[in-house]
Amino acid sequence: MSTPTYQTIDTSALARRAESDRIAPSLYYDPELFEAELERIFYKTWVWVAHDSELPKPGDFVTTTIGRQPVIVVRDKTGTVNVLQNRCRHRGATVCEEHKGNAKGFTCPYHSWSYALDGTLRALPYGDGYEGVCEKGDLPLKKLRVGVYQGLIFASFDESIEPLEDFLGGAKPWIDLFMKQGAGYPIKANGEHKFRFKGNWKIQLENTTDLYHFPVVHKSWMKSIDDETAAVITSFMTSDKAFCRSLGNGHSLAVLMPEFVDLDQDDGAPLPERFNELAAQLAEKHTPEEVRRIVRSLMGVGFNLNLFPNLALSMAFFRVLRPISAVETEIRHVALGMDGGPEEANRARLRMHEHFQGPLGFGSPDDAEAWERVQRGSYAGPDVPILVNRGLNRETTAPNGEKTAHSTDETGMREAYRQWRAMMEQA
Amino acid sequence: MMDERNALFTDQTLARAIAFIWREAELLDRRDYRAWLDMWDPKGHYVVPIDPRTTDYASTLNYAYDDHHMRELRVQRMTSGFSASASDAARTVRTVSRFTLSGDSADLVEVKSSQIVIAYKRGLSTIFAADLTHKIDMSSGEPRLSEKVIRLIDSTEALSAIGFLL
Repeated sequence: MSTPTYQTIDTSALARRAESDRIAPSLYYDPELFEAELERIFYKTWVWVAHDSELPKPGDFVTTTIGRQPVIVVRDKTGTVNVLQNRCRHRGATVCEEHKGNAKGFTCPYHSWSYALDGTLRALPYGDGYEGVCEKGDLPLKKLRVGVYQGLIFASFDESIEPLEDFLGGAKPWIDLFMKQGAGYPIKANGEHKFRFKGNWKIQLENTTDLYHFPVVHKSWMKSIDDETAAVITSFMTSDKAFCRSLGNGHSLAVLMPEFVDLDQDDGAPLPERFNELAAQLAEKHTPEEVRRIVRSLMGVGFNLNLFPNLALSMAFFRVLRPISAVETEIRHVALGMDGGPEEANRARLRMHEHFQGPLGFGSPDDAEAWERVQRGSYAGPDVPILVNRGLNRETTAPNGEKTAHSTDETGMREAYRQWRAMMEQA
Repeated sequence: MMDERNALFTDQTLARAIAFIWREAELLDRRDYRAWLDMWDPKGHYVVPIDPRTTDYASTLNYAYDDHHMRELRVQRMTSGFSASASDAARTVRTVSRFTLSGDSADLVEVKSSQIVIAYKRGLSTIFAADLTHKIDMSSGEPRLSEKVIRLIDSTEALSAIGFLL
């Protein structure tokens, strides 16, 4: 693991800066705090790096970044997924600059040190200069600890970290439910939108279980869909079956369409009319039960699951965040499809993803606008707190410690900040 | 003589197509999106792909893949006042140039070009550079846009929100 190099923050003041129901605005823009977050959160805990479906064959790889550190996620010849620091052990150059692809190994462009898919240093030119100086065997690409759950690949710089399944804890059953939207087919990553906004990463972290904003910020999107769908999606405003819940370890959940929580439970309601044509097409090759299962899964599940610190399983897509600086964040919205499933249904899922997500979507740009306004506004009144206290008056705590409140409440944000504080205060 | 006549025909076709594309650019910079809708053949698609190589837009994820219905919804959204990002969108100035004519059908011409959009918002100017392909139906008196594909040179990178039309 990396050794912390920044000790510039006063940890004793963190409890005052991030109270249980409010946070100091400087949490959104303090550069020293940001460096400490990289060290204490992103370089320590489990961070999502890829989905299994992105690496179907040996040699398949994707490159990504944890905090500022570039890594390669690659499947080796034995089928094992390795997460390697994308950094030659000689002089530090990246050994791969492609977003994704298939490789037999990775060769540094600077002096041709070449590495196998498991990171082993295979060869370097003119080795006589190293005889008696160092051994190739001591200089593999550095590996991170890897954990996989339901095809979700996580990595950590901390070799001694708790097992991934312990970390996911109370979120695991919800991950299992999320994956049911494959309608009997495995889930596959099916393209992604990437965009940046000028704001702190925690503003986005808060947003995933913030259902309070939805009817306001996404009014123009709501007006572009049919009334039937709009009514289903906003039923959480009045439904007593919708809720927001803390799941421990910073994870949280917001249920907005209770009837779509478990896609195996078919309530028998008529399929939405807008899918009539698609359903008829599907009926040519599928049983009526399969058609219902596929069509009921098109919009994904009826909840957003926020996994601290960088992944959300959000209705029909993965949301991945990457902190760029204290005041800039990159967001990826990964579209999902049914691997081997009916092409026409996968195309329908792509069109729905395009409709809301991405820099030209009907939803994401309005989110980004709201988040940038939060960032800009937070500089006014450094002593005026950001409130995350909605619903404290109606929050209940279960015996397992999970807290539940109304779907529009800020229980999820409070859980994220509780975990944030715990990690930031650790020595 | 035939070659000269062909060349003349090509020049006239290209000139008409360029005039059409520049009129479109003017409408988009002025945010006259209703008039822009009228330039389209209802069967046409407005496409902003992500994958630099794909031509199978229906089967891949795009930034935009709009048929007539989605174009109308998009314009409605951008002009309705209900979208914070569209109501406070960047001002744009665009240059479209480097035109080449491809395809030899007199009715449906394909024009490739380059487009540089400078988008200004809150003290920041952002560049959106792209290769464009316009397919323009010349079969009736009035040219009609039957496909526009905008290939951003940085389509696989993270972009900022785009509250206007490319």
